[in-house]
Amino acid sequence: MSMTAPIPELRTQEKPPLWRDVRILRWVGQLAVVAVVVGIAAYLYGNLSTNIANSGLQTGFTWLDGKFGSAVPGLDDAADFTVTRAFWAGYTNTVRVILFGIPGCTIIGILIGVARLSDNLAVRAFGTFYVEMFRNIPALVWIILTHQAIALSMLPPISGADRVPNSGDEAEYFGAFVFSNGSGIGLPWFNPDASMLVFLASIVVALLAAFGVAQWRGSVNARTGEPARGGTYGLGAFLLVLLIGNFAAGNAFALEGAGLAESGLRIEGGMTVQIPYFSLTIALTLYTASHVAEVVRGAILAIHKGQTEAANAIALTTFQRYRYIILPQAFRIMIPPLANQYLNITKNSSLAVAVGYIEIAAVFSRVSNNAAPATSVILILMLLYLSFSLSISLVANYFNRRLSLETR
Amino acid sequence: MSQFDTDTRGEDPSIEAGPNSPNFDGLAESIQKGLFSDAKNSILTLLFGSALAYTIYKSFFFLFANQKVTPDGDVVSAWRVIDLNLTSFMVGSQFGDTGIGFPMLWAAIFLAVFTLGFASGPADPEKVPPMTKRTKISIIGPAALGLLVLLGLADTWTPRLLGILIPVIGAAGFYLPRVLPESVLNRKMAILTVLGLGVFLLETGFEPGNVSRFGGLMLTINAAFISIVACFPIGVMMALARRSSFPLIRPIAVAYIELIRGVPLISLLFMGQFALSFFFPPDFEPIPDVIRAIIMMTLFSAAYVAEIVRGGLQSVAGGQTEAGQAVGLSPITITRRIVLPQALRNSIPALVGQFIALLKDTTLLIIIGLRDLLGISQPILAGPQFQNQGYAPEVYAFVAFMFWIITFSMSRASQRLETKLGVGTR
Repeated sequence: MSMTAPIPELRTQEKPPLWRDVRILRWVGQLAVVAVVVGIAAYLYGNLSTNIANSGLQTGFTWLDGKFGSAVPGLDDAADFTVTRAFWAGYTNTVRVILFGIPGCTIIGILIGVARLSDNLAVRAFGTFYVEMFRNIPALVWIILTHQAIALSMLPPISGADRVPNSGDEAEYFGAFVFSNGSGIGLPWFNPDASMLVFLASIVVALLAAFGVAQWRGSVNARTGEPARGGTYGLGAFLLVLLIGNFAAGNAFALEGAGLAESGLRIEGGMTVQIPYFSLTIALTLYTASHVAEVVRGAILAIHKGQTEAANAIALTTFQRYRYIILPQAFRIMIPPLANQYLNITKNSSLAVAVGYIEIAAVFSRVSNNAAPATSVILILMLLYLSFSLSISLVANYFNRRLSLETR
Repeated sequence: MSQFDTDTRGEDPSIEAGPNSPNFDGLAESIQKGLFSDAKNSILTLLFGSALAYTIYKSFFFLFANQKVTPDGDVVSAWRVIDLNLTSFMVGSQFGDTGIGFPMLWAAIFLAVFTLGFASGPADPEKVPPMTKRTKISIIGPAALGLLVLLGLADTWTPRLLGILIPVIGAAGFYLPRVLPESVLNRKMAILTVLGLGVFLLETGFEPGNVSRFGGLMLTINAAFISIVACFPIGVMMALARRSSFPLIRPIAVAYIELIRGVPLISLLFMGQFALSFFFPPDFEPIPDVIRAIIMMTLFSAAYVAEIVRGGLQSVAGGQTEAGQAVGLSPITITRRIVLPQALRNSIPALVGQFIALLKDTTLLIIIGLRDLLGISQPILAGPQFQNQGYAPEVYAFVAFMFWIITFSMSRASQRLETKLGVGTR
């Protein structure tokens, strides 16, 4: 009669059998999934190569040196340039949409977002109307509506035979000529005889000068305590340098107006805005602005109410409250969703296909139509769009790091 | 880029109404306070008020006093272009050859409305926070307005009478869960699946291949709905794979999600048009355009759903997994029974946002030559009766109105869903 019951061996050093060892099971499972994925990919690739071999399509990237085959506005030697040049033209055209669209949608979006939070009922109603109107109708509907129902129907059509009904002459708004039969909208533009390079350089120098002067005023303010007025001084410096640059370049500000060519069908002088570019950019900017407005509103609402109360307590005006208290803090919250909207406007610029504006996606669709191998075409397309999304993310991440709250 | 990953394409539809929602006690006082409290305020009121008034004034004429002269010299209402083509706008122009009778289509609509009502009806109304009057108006108002406009445009009495039945059947579906026993309600997903399949079979006339003949609003809604249902499992799998600790599987999911999200949908649709058939065996029967487009939209949407669900998975506290491990559950059970239900609940509002975005994206089908609600307007405008007579504003205004009705109601309903699910609250 032993008092001690046998003590069970608690710590077994034996390994579990292989088929129950989690570490091994994990790898087996993963390898199985990878094998399935690779199998499917190999099957699809096999089909692809058989089909391409059967259809006699070219492979690789040789098609890039082939002829593009259709005209691109802005490239003069129509139908006689390579696909590479067409892609480059499409790329610059996409950049042109973004260059107008991103600042445009940001400014309008902030204004509408602030308007939606206004104390004034009419302003608030206007903001709500704008947002609900633009946000709930697809971007493509806006683009086609702007193109077909506004740009092509409501701008006065001008042609040699059929000019503006009442005057029999070209329509002139604010010194700009408005055309809608394919040629575009004529706007006054800088003096074509002036050296654009010098003028652009002077703009850069003027910006640097303004920035430097603002910095200097800041340091004066820090040293002596007299008001900095960086904005006023900076603007003065900017205008001064710009004026000098203007004359150095040969009076670029002597604007040249747009007018009808002899034939009455084309615009001469000034700058011609293509109608598809006009429709696409305006519609896309207004559409994205409604999304930006919601981002802005959300960010402002996320700011603690005490900030507003504190601003009111030291008797700041509404403008000052937004400029110095609310918006700087809201920007911190806004940056990631804002960058997301910028990515959206970039990707949505591909909707230009619907109005015949030649940008990346339009070039892509034509090239695909011309029986180039789809896999290599989509690779190039992805690379081009990747360049946009990476640069937008880079800039956004930079600002995000700079503005992020330093916490312990 | 990682910090943008959880953002969805649309934005959060959840933001509450402004802090200064109008208060209707003492109307005169609130008008004075809200519109004319000081000089600056009055100027703003006049400025924006006149902008609004001008828009309303112009819209009034556009809507009610819009006449055009036909080539024969008759003065007609400009809106007859909608009136005469209403069937095309609703079901497309190829509906005649499908063999689907209109009775079957109406049955499909009724079943769909019933399903929608059933899906949103609460079993226990006590547990759900009551709707404010404002929410009720903003969900039901636009839908009712759209129905009224469509009924008003209808030419005969049959669609008008049947149309009146739509809200009745929807309400029946909505109140049904309150009387059903618990044992039936526990199978709600299964019931909804069966009902959804029933809708699909009815509207295709029990011949799923008929999807390729859909057009107009029918194509828009079906393309969006089929893609969102089909993309959901792929998206959840991708999200789980991306969140998993499997070093071999994670890169596959990351590559899929980032590649798809990096390019516009339009390029994927072109891919589907030009390249998808290359990936099938040579003797494979060619797939209709509509199906190819739906496949590409599914693949596209799956990447976005994956990111939404990943956001939901991240929002589930780590303690939940640990608790599951502590009671000795297997990793699969933990995911299936503990993590995923909470993650999905948290992602539902964003998923609805994605659904709205996808519905808006179906307009892109026009670019590959399909005739969805937007696409159908092109052959209509090019028709012999309306060609070159400036009907574009009316047609596109109608299309925009239809989209507005649908997306506005849906975004308000998703805000309501958020309140109902108590997302963001405990």
